[in-house]
Amino acid sequence: MSATLEALCQNLQKHLGDRVQSLKVALGEVTIEVDVADYLAVMNTLRDEAELCFEELIDLCGVDYSAYANVPREGKRFAAVSHLLSIARNWRLRVRCFAPDDDFPSVPSVTAVWNVADWFEREAFDLFGIVFPGHLDLRRILTDYGFIGHPFRKDFPVSGYVEMRYDPDQQRVIYQPVTIEPREVTPRIVREASYGNVENA
Amino acid sequence: MPELRNFTLNFGPQHPAAHGVLRMVLELDGEVVMRADPHIGLLHRATEKLAETKTWIQSVPYMDRLDYMSMMCNEHAYCMAIERLLQIEVPIRAQYIRVMFDEITRILNHLLWIGCHGLDVGAMTMVLYAFREREDLVDAYEAVSGARMHAAYYRPGGVYRDLPDHMGQYKESKWKSAAQIKPFNDARSGSLLDFLDDFVSRFPKLLDEYETLLTDNRIWKQRLVDVGIVSPERALQRGFTGPMLRGSGIAWDLRKKQPYEVYDRVDFDIPVGKTGDSYDRYLVRMEEMRQSNRIVKQCIDWLRLNPGPVISDNHKVAPPSREAMKSNMEELIHHFKLCTEGMHVPAGEAYSAVEHPKGEFGIYVISDGANKPYRLKIRPPGYVHLSAMNEMVCGHMLADVVTIIGSQDVVFGEIDR
Repeated sequence: MSATLEALCQNLQKHLGDRVQSLKVALGEVTIEVDVADYLAVMNTLRDEAELCFEELIDLCGVDYSAYANVPREGKRFAAVSHLLSIARNWRLRVRCFAPDDDFPSVPSVTAVWNVADWFEREAFDLFGIVFPGHLDLRRILTDYGFIGHPFRKDFPVSGYVEMRYDPDQQRVIYQPVTIEPREVTPRIVREASYGNVENA
Repeated sequence: MPELRNFTLNFGPQHPAAHGVLRMVLELDGEVVMRADPHIGLLHRATEKLAETKTWIQSVPYMDRLDYMSMMCNEHAYCMAIERLLQIEVPIRAQYIRVMFDEITRILNHLLWIGCHGLDVGAMTMVLYAFREREDLVDAYEAVSGARMHAAYYRPGGVYRDLPDHMGQYKESKWKSAAQIKPFNDARSGSLLDFLDDFVSRFPKLLDEYETLLTDNRIWKQRLVDVGIVSPERALQRGFTGPMLRGSGIAWDLRKKQPYEVYDRVDFDIPVGKTGDSYDRYLVRMEEMRQSNRIVKQCIDWLRLNPGPVISDNHKVAPPSREAMKSNMEELIHHFKLCTEGMHVPAGEAYSAVEHPKGEFGIYVISDGANKPYRLKIRPPGYVHLSAMNEMVCGHMLADVVTIIGSQDVVFGEIDR
């Protein structure tokens, strides 16, 4: 681990303490997980504390873990994952916060901490159905006006449920159930840990 | 006194200055914009969801179609994310080729931007000059990848193939005589590197020409100076990156601060603006083209002297050569597995960012060890910049909205994904 990453980990432990549920360093990137109750306070500390100094929120996205590794999920399903960048200190951090309720996922909004979160949270709401209490204008952003469902959830089919066409009788564009069959050319395969290991075969 | 109400105007999605399919609901008080609400998503193709159903390599061409004005930079971030998860080394020659084409892409993007921005603001001739130079650079794209736009040239582990030894030639036709095409073909008589060398020696003079046309032009300055000012504090709050952040006076460039590939071995400078208005962003991008030109020149010189492999020899990731595949059973198996099932990427997550012509373009991937990504998130710079639209246009005139869209350099392929 490089000196910068070590310093970052130390500063995180110093200023966040128990509020960090887990701290992982992998592939030169630091990931912390925080509880939804501490989320806003942690984000404020990360921005304001001079030894952390994350001035910019680079990205915020929703993740649906329900089909991870093709096995039924035991933990929580939805998470909001943010990527932070410190310009002054030149380091990055990933913050993951799981939504407590799978049926009504909700994570506090960080728009007051970083204004840029506005559209990122609208996107996560649109695509995953994660609600961000505190967001002033939580509308759909990428999908069509009047769209139903949250398309990036793992249980939403890639081909969707409705398609649009022009109807010459009614002389307008109408929606109808999709007429195409979903087709998967290459199946999704997750190999077991010792696959292809000749010595242990 | 009569009751006065604000006027609501629908700007786009079929407006030539909307740079694609931007629909903006503008609330006007006379000619002054009070509120702007961009409606995006008209070009949404769910690239991230599609990538979850494709093998890792099959998504590379999707990346070209995100920001379709800087194709190879998008591929670069995606390939780097996979390489980080796999923890494989890219051959040094491939790294130089990537840096060279990233910078060519930057020039391509900025040339299109200056052309369209000029067109929006009223400088009609710019687009003609810009496209004349773009022609040479898309020819370079065509020479390495066979495609003039959607190259799919970068692959996990390196680049698809080495630089070609010859360039395509113009042919005589009933419209163009041999004498007419000769000047075009002179620069194309050697290898791709000779052709690019010729280009980089010509290009600074051409940039001077653009600057004589625009930089001190009275109309250009009246339209750009003090329009869409973003203070450094607001730029950080709104997550700006790239020329938009540097225009506001913050010297931040991933190529310098978090160097990837061989950016720490080439020499270049970072232009920084002062006031954070549209004019400063224009100056920053113009200077970036000069610096990119310098980097391309350094890469050409290095690439001439140092032959070598351009893609990883790890055949679990990159396919073996055709010759090896047809004479060797093991390579045949590798090739078959790669082309049917695809590579398996170890479980984990990675975020890789490149200094894209428009800002920081990031790819966040989560892999669960399968032959397809579990989740792919694209961090598009234009999306972030456009989200600041309301803040930037408030209090400006309607005509300035066009200037600000132009100076944000938005492309809807990446914003809508």
